[in-house]
Order: sequence, then structure tokens, then C-alpha cells
Amino acid sequence: MKRIYVNENRCLGCRLCEWECAFANSGLDEMFKLKGRFGTEFSPRIKVEGEEKAGINFAVNCRHCTDAVCVQSCIAGALSKTDEGMVVIDRDKCVGCFTCVLVCPFGAIMPSADGKAAQKCMLCTDNLSGSPSCVSHCPNGAIVYEER
Amino acid sequence: MEEFIPEEYDVLRNAELCIACRVCERQCSNEVHKFDKDLNRMIADSAKCVNCHRCVSLCPTHALKIVKNPDTFRENYNWPSQAMKEIYRQANSGGVLLSSMGNPNEYPVYFNKILVNASQVTNPPIDPLREPMETVVYLGKKDVEMKRDINGRLVDTMPPQLKLSVPVMFSAMSYGSISYNAHEALARAAEELGIYYNTGEGGLHRDFYKYSKNTIVQVASGRFGVHSEYLSAAAAIEIKMGQGAKPGIGGHLPGMKISDEVSKTRMIPKGIDAISPAPHHDIYSIEDLRQLIYTIKEATAYSKPVIVKVAAVHNVAAIASGIARSGADIIAIDGFRGGTGAAPTRIRDNVGIPIELALAQVDERLRQEGIRDNVSIVVAGSVHSSADVVKAIALGADACYIGTAALLALGCHLCRSCHTGKCNWGIATQREDLVKRLNPDIGYKRLVNLVTAWGHEIQEMMGGMGINSIEALKGNRLMLRGVGLNETELRILGIKHAGE
Repeated sequence: MKRIYVNENRCLGCRLCEWECAFANSGLDEMFKLKGRFGTEFSPRIKVEGEEKAGINFAVNCRHCTDAVCVQSCIAGALSKTDEGMVVIDRDKCVGCFTCVLVCPFGAIMPSADGKAAQKCMLCTDNLSGSPSCVSHCPNGAIVYEER
Repeated sequence: MEEFIPEEYDVLRNAELCIACRVCERQCSNEVHKFDKDLNRMIADSAKCVNCHRCVSLCPTHALKIVKNPDTFRENYNWPSQAMKEIYRQANSGGVLLSSMGNPNEYPVYFNKILVNASQVTNPPIDPLREPMETVVYLGKKDVEMKRDINGRLVDTMPPQLKLSVPVMFSAMSYGSISYNAHEALARAAEELGIYYNTGEGGLHRDFYKYSKNTIVQVASGRFGVHSEYLSAAAAIEIKMGQGAKPGIGGHLPGMKISDEVSKTRMIPKGIDAISPAPHHDIYSIEDLRQLIYTIKEATAYSKPVIVKVAAVHNVAAIASGIARSGADIIAIDGFRGGTGAAPTRIRDNVGIPIELALAQVDERLRQEGIRDNVSIVVAGSVHSSADVVKAIALGADACYIGTAALLALGCHLCRSCHTGKCNWGIATQREDLVKRLNPDIGYKRLVNLVTAWGHEIQEMMGGMGINSIEALKGNRLMLRGVGLNETELRILGIKHAGE
């Protein structure tokens, strides 16, 4: 299955991916409408790790683990794996217990901005981007979407 | 901020569009942008801006714009603001003014005053998509005596040649002045394109020995990084006598650009300024130059062509004639618009002559003296496009070096601040966090794209003239006409005026 990978030697820590992710999943038609709503109304599903000016950064989002502990831990059956192997979340089933947030070893699942359900990267299959937005907007080609 | 000097640019932020993502802040090595917690919005200190456009290019909502600061001194034709600012700057510092990249001043660009011919009716143009079109060139000494062995068979007496798929090479830019990633991009692109890149005087990093078939190594006055392995690794060796951006002076790489790796590659101490002297201390005549050429040839078993690079200066034709007789295989001439990582402003802006005139004169002189085939001629110094390559070849060049154009392909925005070592595009810097910004996987493809595109355009232009090989275009000045040039200029260029 094609997954999103990050090359930490290329990641600049500019955090453009976080904003592009939030925008892609916001349903807004123009990015500037995120103004003042980032983190409160819309939050990204990708997070750049590494301190500012630390010299090393990498963007992390769902790894779509083969043996996904989040899926096993979900008490509501909201998390599941598709036939291809993508870990998906059904927001309507999610009860907001956030066990998945606790168990994810990568910190790649987080409460959504409204705090009512968990959210995670679904490779932009749940929005209108067509392809993962973080990948297409990374200015340095650090984030790739490929089969490995 | 320096006293009395108003900021050169204004950073304009469209408050409606700015979402305070702080990408501009994270990407500006000059620390122009800042998120202000009290105001809860982004602010900018325009005085620090060098107009490199990194923030503008990356701003996801296109909220940024950089404009020339409209603030003016009282208008004065005799004392333009640039001249006043330079006085203030020197009064502040007491030092020589430094600048980067090529001469930006309003001198004529002769390439833009030359027009190319095309076939109509009496001789058919050629369609390069349907018919063969040869862009391969060989650089090196061509005039060799025909020799036969005892059985009457031809003996191969051909001196070593460089084979180029298109008459374009990446000119000398040292590791140190530009980054590891920039070098990697140039090396990989040269390999894929079947052309050459040039190490400049900074030595050759160990990691790049694998691209040695496409590498020209330089021996300059500082002799940085020169050792026998370096010479034998290369496809050709260039002796740098001068550089178009700063004829008559040496080089100066600031200590802060001399990182561990640069220090190892150049074989010089870390963190201490690297000064290349103005002259080669062993070269004070053509005879001395000949000694160095043959020392290098001896060291490399006469297997590689030797290039001698000079800046285009007033008596370049006579100098070239000397070089052609000194045993060099290729002469590289660098015009006064050539780029640099750092040069004294006064030298960059006032010394040297245009490459078009230098080239025309050198070619003419070597022809008159019957030694044109002794050497190939490579020209540099602001070759902007494939059209410039075509014009240069028709004026008599064998190939062109591109430096600035290659850097532009890598992302350079010509902010001309290379000497500060804080290049936001990861090119002219050794700061690790900045070098990272140039991904060589992307960079090399962009260089390949650029030269491939130029290759197509060269073929189209040659086809239009009814010419199907670079060889037939070389020195073919009848294909050129001048516009708006006076009689002297036309005579020097050896071309007719348009309409004649």
C-alpha cells in the first residue's frame, strides 16, 4: 500500500504541511479563510516534530500500521482497516474516549478541534484534494507518497 | 541598521490574506518576519529584507509582496541614491564594498542587439523533429598532424577531447561558495545531460568523485584542494587565471563559510578566511603558463584537455593568442557580467569588457593567426538563454558556460547577497539548516530540464537557419545582424547591420 513517508534530511520544519492539511480537511474554498480558526476550528492531522531551529524536523502523520493498536483499542468500532490497509475513522461512531490517542505510538491520532471525536490522516481520501495535500505542497519534496 | 540608509524594500503583508502560519518567519534567515504576541499578528522589519523572495514564494495565501521602498532622497541626476547609499555605507564601515552575482548596471547587452537569420524560399529550413540535428560538440585541440605507421595506416594522434551533448556546461562555482547540495545537483545534472560541471577552486568533495567523468576541476591561484588524485579524477583541468566578475583580483571566501567539510575538501583550516591571491605566484608570462599547463599534462599522462580561463579584458585577443600557443586545449573567456559569490563592488561594476566583443575579437585574431584550431573557445558571463548560446556560437565560440542561469534553475532569485552566507534558497550558504532547503533530487531535475529545453531551442533555431549541426553554425557570422549598433561595434563584432 502507498503510504506517506518523510525524509528528515529534507524536512525544513516550515510547517506548511500542517496548514495545508488543516485547509484540505476544512472544507473551506480559500486558504486565507483559515485566519484565526487554525487550532480552534480546524486542526491538522500531520504534525512537524522537532523544536524550532533544532536543525532536525520531520512531519509525522498516520503510519497505517499493519498491526494497528488504535484499531484494536477502539471501544466503539470507529477505527477500522480498509482492504488496502489504510486505517480509517468513522467520525459518527467515535464516542470521543480517545483511547486511540493514548495508544498511538506515533502521536498520529488527535482529538479534532471541536474535541468531540478523534481525527487522523486518511491520505486525503476523505476530502477533495485528490492526492495527499501535504505531499503536493511540501516545498522541498520531503514528504512523499509511495509504495515501499 | 546602518546610519542614514533607508531600507531598500518594503515588505507588504495583506492583512486580510495573512493567516499567521509563520512559514515566512521560519524560512527567513534574515529574520525579517516575526509573530507579535501583543498584536496577535505577523509583523516585518523591512530593513533586514534582501528581497530574495523566499517568503513570497512559500506564502500559502499569497499575502506577501516585496516592493522597492518608494522613499527617496531629494532627486539628483548627478548623485543617484545608490551612489549616496554607498558613501554612507563606506562612511559607516571604512571598508571595501562587497557585492555578489554579476554586474547589474546599465551597460549594453550586445546579445540583445544581435538578430539571427532564418531560411526563406531559396534554402529550406530544417524541422528538427523530423530530420537529424547534431548538437554534439567536441572541445579540444583539433589541428594535428596526420601520421601513418609503417603499413600506411593512420596513427591516432588526436589530443584528448571533451564530448558535450549540447554546447552548454555549468561554469566554475566552488564548494564553499555554494553548498554541498548545489554541487550535487550540478554534478548529477551534468552526468545525466552528458555535459560537464566545474568544481571551481574549492576542490572536489570525496562524495563527488563518482561523477568525475563529467567533472572539470579547477587549479586556481589559491591551489585549494589540488592534489594528484583530484587531477586524475577529472575529465579536464581548468587553470583559472581570471574571473569576469573580478578581473585582476583573487578570491576571498569568508571564514564562516569554511565548515568542516569545506575545510577538508579545500585542505585549509576551518573558520579562517580563504584568500586566493590575485596572480598565480608562479605565472608571470605565457612561458610560465606553459610550464604549468605541461606540469598538469605530465601529471595526468596527457590524457585530459587543459582549459585556461581568463576574464575578458581590453587586450583579451592578444592574451588568447598567447594562450593558444602555450599548449592549452581550450580557452574559457569570462565576460564582465559574469557572476560571483563575492567581489568588491567597484571591480565588479567597472572592470572588464562585454563577452560578445571579447569573443568576436578572440575568434577573429586566432583565425588571422591561423591558430584557431589549436584551441576550442568556451564563453561565459551572462548567457541568458539558448538564443545567446546560438549567437555566441555564430560569433565563434565552441560552447558556453552557464553559472547564473544554472543557479536560477536551482531557485536563486538574484538577491545578490551571497556574500552574507545566509542564502535562503540553500545555494550560497554552508549553514546546515539552509543547505537543506535545496533538495538535490529536485534541483538536478530542474537543471536537466533547463538544458534539455535549451537543447530543443538550439535545434529549432539552427533548423530555421537551415543548419543541421553546431559545427556548421560555428563562426558563421553571416547568420547574425546587428540592430542599433554603431560602425565600431559592428566592426568589432564582425557582423553587418540588419538590412544589409
